[in-house]
Amino acid sequence: MTKCLLLSLGEWKQQHLPQVPEVRVVHLQVGDFTCVEPDALVFTWGALVKDTWLGGSELRIGRVPLVARCLGCQHTYPPNVESAYRSPCCDLPMEEIVTGRELRIQSIDYRLPSSRLEPLSVPSR
Amino acid sequence: MHMPLTDTLGLNLLAANQHQADHNREHFDAWRLLCLNVMSSPGAGKTSLLERTITSLSPQLSMAVLEGDMTTQLDAQRLEAVGVPVVPITTGRACHLDAAMVSGGLRLLQQRLDPAHLDLLWVENVGNLVCPAEFEVGEHLKVALLSVTEGDDKPLKYPVMFREADCVLITKIDLLPHLPVQVERFETHIAQVNPKARVFQLSATSGEGFGAWHRWLLEQVAERQVATAPDTLASNDPTAHSLSMPALLTR
Repeated sequence: MTKCLLLSLGEWKQQHLPQVPEVRVVHLQVGDFTCVEPDALVFTWGALVKDTWLGGSELRIGRVPLVARCLGCQHTYPPNVESAYRSPCCDLPMEEIVTGRELRIQSIDYRLPSSRLEPLSVPSR
Repeated sequence: MHMPLTDTLGLNLLAANQHQADHNREHFDAWRLLCLNVMSSPGAGKTSLLERTITSLSPQLSMAVLEGDMTTQLDAQRLEAVGVPVVPITTGRACHLDAAMVSGGLRLLQQRLDPAHLDLLWVENVGNLVCPAEFEVGEHLKVALLSVTEGDDKPLKYPVMFREADCVLITKIDLLPHLPVQVERFETHIAQVNPKARVFQLSATSGEGFGAWHRWLLEQVAERQVATAPDTLASNDPTAHSLSMPALLTR
């Protein structure tokens, strides 16, 4: 997952930045209904970005709770495994997920060294 | 002067994988084949399912397999034995296939045959109920297996996998008489997290349930071929789909 995140950031840099940026923080939004464990992502980040253009940067992850909409009454609710994800209002299965599936690079804080104009260095894929 | 900047991206964390998956799917559509991503925990019966399904449908469909495994080519050898082209993809330490690995597998497959002659491409993923659910490989449909020996709670414990699946196969039902489980509870728990999934019960050992599974597969292949037909064939003719099924069945 971290490797794929790095590839996605590499694509972004290649497409949008004329210079190698000095990245300070990468902000992610990770939904609770995904297969991503945020602590593990942060743990591996430090090791994988070392000696790359993202070296020294910090990964900050905002959690997004799982929220579903009950199609019986249109109310939203936080599904949980104890109730087998069913809606507490109408006792219906989890049909429509409103939030919780996010795997999003929300924003990046960085600096562009205006005096340096060396060509972009993109990690090999 | 150094300018502090913040770019708001809203970019998918898996964007790089998604781009490659979309590219793979463009190839599948150009070749007019259906690609299925088969996922489950280790030992749920993916390879046994493919052995029986491929053997039964070979007269009607032209098929190939991209076989993902962390180590060994044992599953690939089993599937080669039933007479279809198989490309093994050994992932090493990776616990899932990603779109780039499948792209590499496709290049190897193209060295052996013209994929445009295929109707159905199987991607057998690495046995894992977690990561494969998040990594698209370009498939049109996801098929998840859940064997009755694993317990009926797995859809609740691994909800993303069963939520993402278009079709869930409850496997090894020949063992039901020997287990303290109720198959209805498997179906109920799948429906809790994914009410839209198509669910079949089957046994690769006895063959029970394979008729309905095969009919569903043939429908999906036919639908894909109609959807990717040249414009003249993909008109709004409501009989287009019903005409394509007999064509497949009489091959």
